[in-house]
Amino acid sequence: MAKVGLYIYTGDGIGEALDIAALTNLAQKEGAAIVKTHDDLYSPAGIQMVKDDVEKEGVDRVVIAGASPRYEYKDFDFPGVYIEKTSLRELVVWSHPSDNGNNEHVQELAEDYIRMSMAKIKKVAMPVPEKMEAPSQKVLIVGGGIAGMSAALELAEAGFESTIVEKENELGSFAAKIRKQTPIGPDYTTLIDPIAPGLIAKINANSKITVKTGTELARIANVPGNYRASFKSAGVKSEWDAPIPLTPEEKFDANGKELSAEDQKKKYNAKNEGRQDYMQVDSNAEIFGAVVLASGWKPFVPAEGEYAHLAWGNPNVVTNHQFEDIAKKGKIVRADGKEAKSVAFVMSPGAKKDDFDFPYASAVTSISALKHAKYVREDYPQDGKSYIFYQHMRTPGKYEYFYKSLQNDEGMFLTKGAVTEVKDNGQGGLSVKVEDTLIGGDMTVDVDMVVLATGMIPTTKEEAVINFAYRQGPAFRDLELFQGYCDSNFICFPYETRRTGVYAAGGVRRAMTIEDEMEDGTGAALKAIQVLKAVEVGHAVHPRTWDYDWPDFYFQRCTQCKRCTEECPFGALDDDEKGTPKPNPARCRRCGTCMGACPERIIGFKDYNIDIVGSMIKNIEVPDDDEEKLRMVVFVCENDAYPALDIAASQGKSWSPLPRIIPVRCLGSVNVSWIKDAMSSGMDGVLLLGCKYGDDYQCHFAKGSELAGKRMDNVAESLKSLGVEKERVKLEQVSIDDYDKVSQIINDFVEEVVGMGPNPFKGF
Amino acid sequence: MSNSILVIGGGFSGLTAAVEAAEMGYQVYLVEKENYMGGRVAQLNKYFPKLCPPTCGLEINFKRVKTNPNITFYSNATVDAVAGSEGNYDVQITVKPKFTTPQCTAACKGKDVATTEVPNEFNFGLDTRKPVYMPHPMSFPYQCVIDPSVVNTDEGKKIQEALPAGHVDFTQTEEKINLNVGAVIVATGWKPYDATKMDRLQYGKFPNIVTNMMIERMASPSGPSEGKIYRPSDKNPPKTVGFVQCAGSRDKDHLPYCSYICCLATLKQITYLREQSPDTEIVVFYIDIRSPGMKYENFYKKVKADPKVTFIKGKVADVKEGSNGNVVLIAEDTIGGGKVEKEVELAVLATGMQPEGALSPITGIEYDTDGFVVPKAGIIPCGCSKRPVDVVSSAQSSTAAALKAAQVINRRAN
Repeated sequence: MAKVGLYIYTGDGIGEALDIAALTNLAQKEGAAIVKTHDDLYSPAGIQMVKDDVEKEGVDRVVIAGASPRYEYKDFDFPGVYIEKTSLRELVVWSHPSDNGNNEHVQELAEDYIRMSMAKIKKVAMPVPEKMEAPSQKVLIVGGGIAGMSAALELAEAGFESTIVEKENELGSFAAKIRKQTPIGPDYTTLIDPIAPGLIAKINANSKITVKTGTELARIANVPGNYRASFKSAGVKSEWDAPIPLTPEEKFDANGKELSAEDQKKKYNAKNEGRQDYMQVDSNAEIFGAVVLASGWKPFVPAEGEYAHLAWGNPNVVTNHQFEDIAKKGKIVRADGKEAKSVAFVMSPGAKKDDFDFPYASAVTSISALKHAKYVREDYPQDGKSYIFYQHMRTPGKYEYFYKSLQNDEGMFLTKGAVTEVKDNGQGGLSVKVEDTLIGGDMTVDVDMVVLATGMIPTTKEEAVINFAYRQGPAFRDLELFQGYCDSNFICFPYETRRTGVYAAGGVRRAMTIEDEMEDGTGAALKAIQVLKAVEVGHAVHPRTWDYDWPDFYFQRCTQCKRCTEECPFGALDDDEKGTPKPNPARCRRCGTCMGACPERIIGFKDYNIDIVGSMIKNIEVPDDDEEKLRMVVFVCENDAYPALDIAASQGKSWSPLPRIIPVRCLGSVNVSWIKDAMSSGMDGVLLLGCKYGDDYQCHFAKGSELAGKRMDNVAESLKSLGVEKERVKLEQVSIDDYDKVSQIINDFVEEVVGMGPNPFKGF
Repeated sequence: MSNSILVIGGGFSGLTAAVEAAEMGYQVYLVEKENYMGGRVAQLNKYFPKLCPPTCGLEINFKRVKTNPNITFYSNATVDAVAGSEGNYDVQITVKPKFTTPQCTAACKGKDVATTEVPNEFNFGLDTRKPVYMPHPMSFPYQCVIDPSVVNTDEGKKIQEALPAGHVDFTQTEEKINLNVGAVIVATGWKPYDATKMDRLQYGKFPNIVTNMMIERMASPSGPSEGKIYRPSDKNPPKTVGFVQCAGSRDKDHLPYCSYICCLATLKQITYLREQSPDTEIVVFYIDIRSPGMKYENFYKKVKADPKVTFIKGKVADVKEGSNGNVVLIAEDTIGGGKVEKEVELAVLATGMQPEGALSPITGIEYDTDGFVVPKAGIIPCGCSKRPVDVVSSAQSSTAAALKAAQVINRRAN
């Protein structure tokens, strides 16, 4: 039996604004064995008071009712003791100054937070981590270019083994097929010999690195710490190729009717003829702990007929990538063998229409154009001529030094300008017409060759590459948001892809210089090491690295509705033949989206589940005959909306005392049953405050707030069928810096609900 | 001898390096010279190109710091010297007093009684603050700070009396801490280039010339004007705004390199202005718009589609005072030819980034001529102390730095 100690902070105006004796009595009534107050609770003396009760009185559940839980972080931390913190300062006193004449309301607000925290603390259990015994300490690296090779070498240096799988027959990818390389550090002014051969030699000499060339990943199954990788020869079909689920469209027949489960299964099987089921275990698979996806990029080659004004299709018009191939072979010559002594580099294809670069261009495109221009000058020092026509020379950071270093070469002609026409000049060369140049007006130059500064297309644009044998399919999801790059969408956390344990690096993530690729491979290697440790000790990976809990399923009541398996933003759940979910704790990020999705309410965490939050809601006191005291619940994302409320309060913003705030891990974890609980307890409205969604989503769990938004539509429907206004339940998107707006958002909602009057079912 | 890692700088890069190393299981000391973590990005209103608030990611990283027993951090602290070699560095740290205790998280009362005001450095002097203050609303640590200048003054006494007993401690003195660490990650970041050094741009002489970092503070809801961009002379929203790109950058007399972020920062600030008014006319003087990569190029495309934004290729060479406090920007139009003059109500200098190493180098760390850190086996720079980069590259570089530091520790252990 848990022994609860509840401690009320009375400083910072709390003691003056609230009837502390009443709160104390209430806490005792609600089951707290010890209730104490302290006007300087966060001081050493205050902390000691609580510590003494833990050590001498056997308190093993502590409620701190005082400042926002965000501000106190190490003082109240006792091993084996569950600590719940509820904010009387920000959420009650600061945001509801008593001079507004609503002392009674404010007291009731505080009392409800005491009730809610007591309801919670009585039901929480300490997390029991799901530890993986002896997870594999080996990392699989997909792609043997610079990023992949760097990852392997850095892992080896940190003591970890890895296997590189490379489609081609050699390591090195594009970086091994270049004549010279742009600098990877000081001095930034000189071209250097390619570093790839050196890296390849180091890899071949390193006993911690295994290399499989001419090999592809057919599928990768299971979980971080124990991935099963099925390899195959590059380019061939394999029974272990990852099966592809039906698309949403494929689940309907020609008449738009949804196919039965059985028919869907048939269609799925037909689609994946010759492939093993995704749950089938390949006994020949190799085991890995984590994956670095460094599958790189493919050169963009314009289609036939594209860029006609640049004479694409003429044998003397090539892409930068083709030009590098020519340069690697020897002196720069044309297809007809003629020396290419004058070469024009076209960086921006838009003529006078626009000033943008080629698709998938980047700083690399600009830097490569400069490098290629230099090749021409090196091959033909006497009479070679390089023309670079650009709209914007993109040599960021220290690459500016490289750009500068070329500007004094007399054979190097660099100018901004719109290339409006490239055509055969009738004398075996090309004439290039450029308008609006820096040197004034228009010009036409005759050259032997034209090079288009085309971009680098990430390999994940067209193919899954990683080939997960996962319920949700072989590819990373929603990459179209990032033009096919295997990107995370998070500026702050670029390695956080939508699949735990797989970290993208290099050109597959964004177009990068070789210097960046090396750094990126190193960063991804670190993330791979972290996940190995995380699964071993059983904590989540980013963003909840402190979390040792994981969602538990009560399968006896599962109806195989598949919502959790389909909605999990991280593809953590697989399923069996019948559709019963198979949780994979090592893939899970602990957002609780599955818990929010489950109509049977069978998914939950030890300290965050349907029952706990439901009890918090039911413990809110709802006066059933006082129209001045309507009640609302506000579910607030703890990552962004909750801090916004804290700051609003600290800046003196106030909001109505009628709603009760319940922090949630993510709006995705909000189960509709909580909304029903609130409405059936006679509460008058429910507001959800979560992160922005859409293309630039801010949800730390990618899809949580968006899914909550979708569920709201269903809620609205069911409210309507009950004869309750659907406007009583609302979702608003807020950012963490909306602290200037969030109180108004709450007040507007309250006003709307007050306008509707009490919940018609109040008191029933 | 200890197997720990020192991270110098608690900005975006330092925080990232610290949490990433700590989450691998290494002991980390994190030292920040300001009295809050978050560094330069804590002052930004939004990140480009996503236009999301930097505090969103900082909040997560603060939580990672708070919940990770492997991290010891000091704010208001400087690293004075680093000596030793790979695997074995002696480090001297000075922790300056805040004159408050950690439980002092509500300085409101002290603020009310204080009568003096000092320029608010967090807002680049655009407004003032009291000598007792919370560095900023999302400050971490969330602890009030009292200026040393009020110690033993009547003002100090008043503040002390207004705050709860024991929360103010004027007996605090500088504390020296000596550590032995295996590896040092340098994440000391950057300062906006001092705009007064560019005489011809007249910064500091005309009130309506501001820097891009000042615009960030103006646009922030926690800034001097609750998010409204204004011209300093009359506090009105500007109807015309001119951006001066490469204010210091790509200039051999100032910062010879490209500062990477200023073009995108300007594009981003154009979106702030547009959100505040549909009519503001904006002109951008530039050499090249450096929006490398598809994400950034798409952002440029979006801003360029705005009919009230004009881009003029030309470097601003002179600045004159116009009528009514306006500013006249004069540039050579490198395309159209001749001089182009634009009178604007507010001029924004897109000042570049200068690494801390150029301004306050740390003894024992080697810097190049620009002030960027020269990497050594055990001294690992990341983010903008290494080279000018954007935030996403800083994340990449500081994550990589954490692994490099871990390798140093491993080599030592083996």
